[in-house]
Amino acid sequence: MAHFTKATSVKDWLNQRLAIEKVEKVMASEYWIPKNINFLWAMGMVLVITFVLLLVSGIFLLMYYQPSVGMAFDSVNYTIMREVGFGWLWRHVHGVAASVVFLIIYIHMFTGIYYGSYKKGREMIWISGMLLFIAFSTEAFSGYMLPWGQMSYWAGMVITNLFSGGSLHADGLVEWIRGDYVPAQAFLTRFFMLHVLLVPIAIMGLIGLHFAALRIPHVNNQDGDEIDFEAESKKYLDGDKAGSKVMRFANDFMSKDMMVVGVYLVFFFYLVFYNYGFAMDPVNFDPADGLKTPAHIYPEWYFLWSYEILRPFNIDLGLALFGFAQVIFVFLPFLDRSPNSVPASRRGAFKYWFWGMLIVMIVLTAMGKLPPEGMFSTIGLVAAIIFIAMWIALPIITSLEKKL
Amino acid sequence: MESNSRRGFMGKAFGAVAAVGAVGSLVAMKSSWDPLPSVKAAGFTTLDMSTYEENELITEKWRGKPIFVLKKTAAMVASQTDAQKERDVVVDGMHFMLAIGLCTHLGCIPAYKGEKDGFLCACHGGQFDWAGAVTKVPPPRGFDIPPFKIDGNKLVLGEAGPEYTKMKETGITL
Repeated sequence: MAHFTKATSVKDWLNQRLAIEKVEKVMASEYWIPKNINFLWAMGMVLVITFVLLLVSGIFLLMYYQPSVGMAFDSVNYTIMREVGFGWLWRHVHGVAASVVFLIIYIHMFTGIYYGSYKKGREMIWISGMLLFIAFSTEAFSGYMLPWGQMSYWAGMVITNLFSGGSLHADGLVEWIRGDYVPAQAFLTRFFMLHVLLVPIAIMGLIGLHFAALRIPHVNNQDGDEIDFEAESKKYLDGDKAGSKVMRFANDFMSKDMMVVGVYLVFFFYLVFYNYGFAMDPVNFDPADGLKTPAHIYPEWYFLWSYEILRPFNIDLGLALFGFAQVIFVFLPFLDRSPNSVPASRRGAFKYWFWGMLIVMIVLTAMGKLPPEGMFSTIGLVAAIIFIAMWIALPIITSLEKKL
Repeated sequence: MESNSRRGFMGKAFGAVAAVGAVGSLVAMKSSWDPLPSVKAAGFTTLDMSTYEENELITEKWRGKPIFVLKKTAAMVASQTDAQKERDVVVDGMHFMLAIGLCTHLGCIPAYKGEKDGFLCACHGGQFDWAGAVTKVPPPRGFDIPPFKIDGNKLVLGEAGPEYTKMKETGITL
């Protein structure tokens, strides 16, 4: 049996039973962060805060939302927006956070790509991050259904139809996913379940995995330095804080994270109070109608780039390329054949690849929002082909890169 | 050694029991997501075909889906190609276009722009003629025809009559 002594304080009492000092060391005071990293590394913490905002506002929305096809629309647009005290606040926080969280995820992702943070022992950080992206996409889509407006209904119709696999014509699978011939009650209730229970649990598990994946290889840094974390942390603990290349996560590095979070929250609540409209599609303020399609259907801005890859081709090729675009980022650590995990600016052709990819995705996003006519669909087609070609070219150009 | 093989046996036996349980629960989970019997039972609609006006598109509802019914004019019938004729539903001598009004691409409802321009899907730019065949991709095929049974001048949607079965066999609809 373990040996216990009489506790000298509450902390000591807990420490003997919960090892809180050890936990504190592992999680905070002896979790080592390189010093040479910029504000872009704070996006992880920004995401954590945004996720908490989503969770809290979601809990308050959940208490008045009615997951029934007859009542869902009014429970959101009347009960929550007009009757529930500060209901509008929870809805706007939830809506704005759902949109902004993708902006931050994309910044977080492209920071990782720019600095090569997915390579050399950090593959699991990248892969768990991409799994999180998929989980967040599912969460966003299932949440988009819940107000049961026109865009909700037709997005549900179009996205579930993707599962028919084009010429495979797997209508049985689509009907199974919907629980009906069209999106209806069964569909709404099961997406409600996914949105409030199953996917959030998966997200929390994946966040745990994402953090765990970070602990052993540690975060990368702005210069791609290979830091000996053991030696550097020893230096720090021995008192040479200035000479050490690393610092504690808490409370030293946290202060910088929190500074960025503070600036972000000002921006976030500016959006919530003055510009919440961008996260609310006007079409979704019409109740769902299965017999009338809105004139122009488009997803939320964060899915536009992949939607545009689906659009210009025939259904089978479009679906195949859409699938390609969805999963290809997961394989980035293995497609990048260069051993250099330094900023893109110090690498060879990858520098152009990085900025090219960013531009192509912005072009795809813009074209995805515009109607599929004339010039726009031609630009969309060209951008989609360039996107695919760039991914095929990536292993070639990176294997030609010389080692720095 | 002996105890190792005993543990190995217990491990395998547990694995077998767990596998049976896992398969069983997967079957239950699959079934729980199937459309409910009440949903399936509500999947029949009867249309009175004598009430339609010529060249006026009427949208009916069957299984929550829009059903296009277009009574063709004599001129339309006369101008039809063989392929278009095969898609006709003839009730009591009247020719109809009958179709599930969802674009076969991703399921939006195309709008009817009249005899000349046919149906236009705003979502992804697909077009169909007034017989329901594709005239501009991305839709992979013409409108699907719902299962129907002709009963005098009535049409029962959701039940496959001989005319529908023939269309299915000849590949006119899926």
